[in-house]
Amino acid sequence: MARRPFFWIIAAVVALFAALPALGNDIELRESLLLAAIYVTLASNINMMLGYAGYVNFGSIVFFGLGGYLCVWLMGSHGWPLAAALAAGGVAVSALALVFGLGILRLRGVYFALATIGVNEGVMAFVSTFQPWGGSSGIYLSPALFQPLGGPARALWIIYYLLVAVMAASLYLSYAVKRSKFGLGLLAIGQNEDAAAVLGVPAPRYKAMVYSLSAFLPAIAGGLYFFKSAFIQPPDAFDLQLSTETIVIAMLGGQGTVVGPAIGAFLYEQLRGWLLTSESFSHFQLVISGVLLLAIVLFAPGGLMGWLYRRWPRLRGILE
Amino acid sequence: MIGLLASLLDGVLIGAVYGLAAMGITLIWGVMDVVNLTHGSLIVAGMFAVYALAGAAGLPVYATLPIVLVGAFLAGLALYWISVHRVIGQPPLMSLLSTFSVNLVLVGLGTAIWSTDLFNVPASLPGFSLGRYTFPGTHLMAAALTAVIAGVLYLFLYRTRIGKAVRAVSGNREAAELVGIPTSQVLALAFGLGAALAGVAGMLIATMFPFTVLSGDAYQLKSFVVTVLGGLGNPTGALLAGVALGLVEGLTTPFVPVSWTLVIEFVLFVLVLIALPGGLVQLWPRRRD
Repeated sequence: MARRPFFWIIAAVVALFAALPALGNDIELRESLLLAAIYVTLASNINMMLGYAGYVNFGSIVFFGLGGYLCVWLMGSHGWPLAAALAAGGVAVSALALVFGLGILRLRGVYFALATIGVNEGVMAFVSTFQPWGGSSGIYLSPALFQPLGGPARALWIIYYLLVAVMAASLYLSYAVKRSKFGLGLLAIGQNEDAAAVLGVPAPRYKAMVYSLSAFLPAIAGGLYFFKSAFIQPPDAFDLQLSTETIVIAMLGGQGTVVGPAIGAFLYEQLRGWLLTSESFSHFQLVISGVLLLAIVLFAPGGLMGWLYRRWPRLRGILE
Repeated sequence: MIGLLASLLDGVLIGAVYGLAAMGITLIWGVMDVVNLTHGSLIVAGMFAVYALAGAAGLPVYATLPIVLVGAFLAGLALYWISVHRVIGQPPLMSLLSTFSVNLVLVGLGTAIWSTDLFNVPASLPGFSLGRYTFPGTHLMAAALTAVIAGVLYLFLYRTRIGKAVRAVSGNREAAELVGIPTSQVLALAFGLGAALAGVAGMLIATMFPFTVLSGDAYQLKSFVVTVLGGLGNPTGALLAGVALGLVEGLTTPFVPVSWTLVIEFVLFVLVLIALPGGLVQLWPRRRD
């Protein structure tokens, strides 16, 4: 593991993320990197479904939002400490995803994708009417909850480092899965599900497992993100924009590769910063995501990594 | 009791329109194995078209139907050549993503123009009274127009030469190509027809309920539920399943808050996919045609 150059690339990126804002105590840079860390987390987790198994999950944002809701609710109404609420949120959302996964595991291809849209709509409708979670008005956290972490200013740094850790864990998970027998099975499903099944890949079980696995870290990231904003509401938790951006990022970087989603997240974050600052484009974010995604799907389905690999095939030995 | 009966009957009227929308999805699916995720946007486009034509331009509401029909058909042709043609025959992931991205563009443009405010179309027709309950005239009219359009579509598919070509391509694209059918044009035509059905369904829904730019998602989900209930690729099944879904809605609305309807429909969707992947039509013997 440690002998492969790729491991050191991940380590260097994470170290850079951790060190950069701390050096100059640069809050603005930290906020931008925090968003990038969330993008990388969401994109590399959706990539395990999209890139490895060839299954598109239109409802991945559900994990992020539900994780946020569980964490905020456990801390606000039940007085749980942050670590316990995060862990509980991650495990509960993962378990729920497994239940959903077992429910929809028999569906293949397009049917599965349609079911994930349904999961999205169903969960949103449920949360907007669920009174213990404040229904459509959401939950507010008291600022006093930042006290155990040493006050709001210090808490924000802690949250940032935790999110960087979640991002590192996502990249590592994505790498470990790709190297494992499980990952090989997923890639086989992505190539040809029937052939994979004939060769003994337990396709339904693997699909449910990867669905559940890809829920865990996004749920924790959601918990951290909404703890940071101390407020959660259905439109923020199940944001269509973020859900689409995740797919765009994974496709932009290159589906099925480990570094692709990370590079995609970086590129997209740059593009987004540029679009937000230019007045005329800020209303058209969805439009631009859509045009970008369409161009990638039609003309470069391998994304940036696909292009790099074609250009320099030797890169395949270095990057994943 | 009469209230429940009335609610059920009203559900049937509305369900017929769901069936019309779902016929659009099922037609495209059956002919080219593409799930059209721009469907919700096309429904919304139909809504705003009637809003603009009837509200601003002052046309009678139902006179806009042919304009919406033709406009949505042309939009469908354009969408086919832009987003679908290049991914025909590729894994389903690709067509899902390409239609999904076009949908984003349409939703983004829509929200930029109309934001997410609630809109209404001023349609009023004399209702039909049954005891204390009155069926809105718009609902009756929508169901009647749905029946007419479904009938015309049936005649087109089963009584004309082009309709025969559409069915041939749906059955076996390569064989159809071999006997000289220009399959790309037929695929584009089928996509246009699917889009036209979505647009008209949107127009009819707009005469019954208020709507926003984002209403498309809910109706798209309903269309998927109906499509799956009726069996993918089966227009008649879609119409019947639409009525069935309307019945379910009519049955639940007196007892369950409206916001739960989508959850119930989604559960139904998954149950049908697992238990009866061929749709409800599987329950009775298949007629040869």
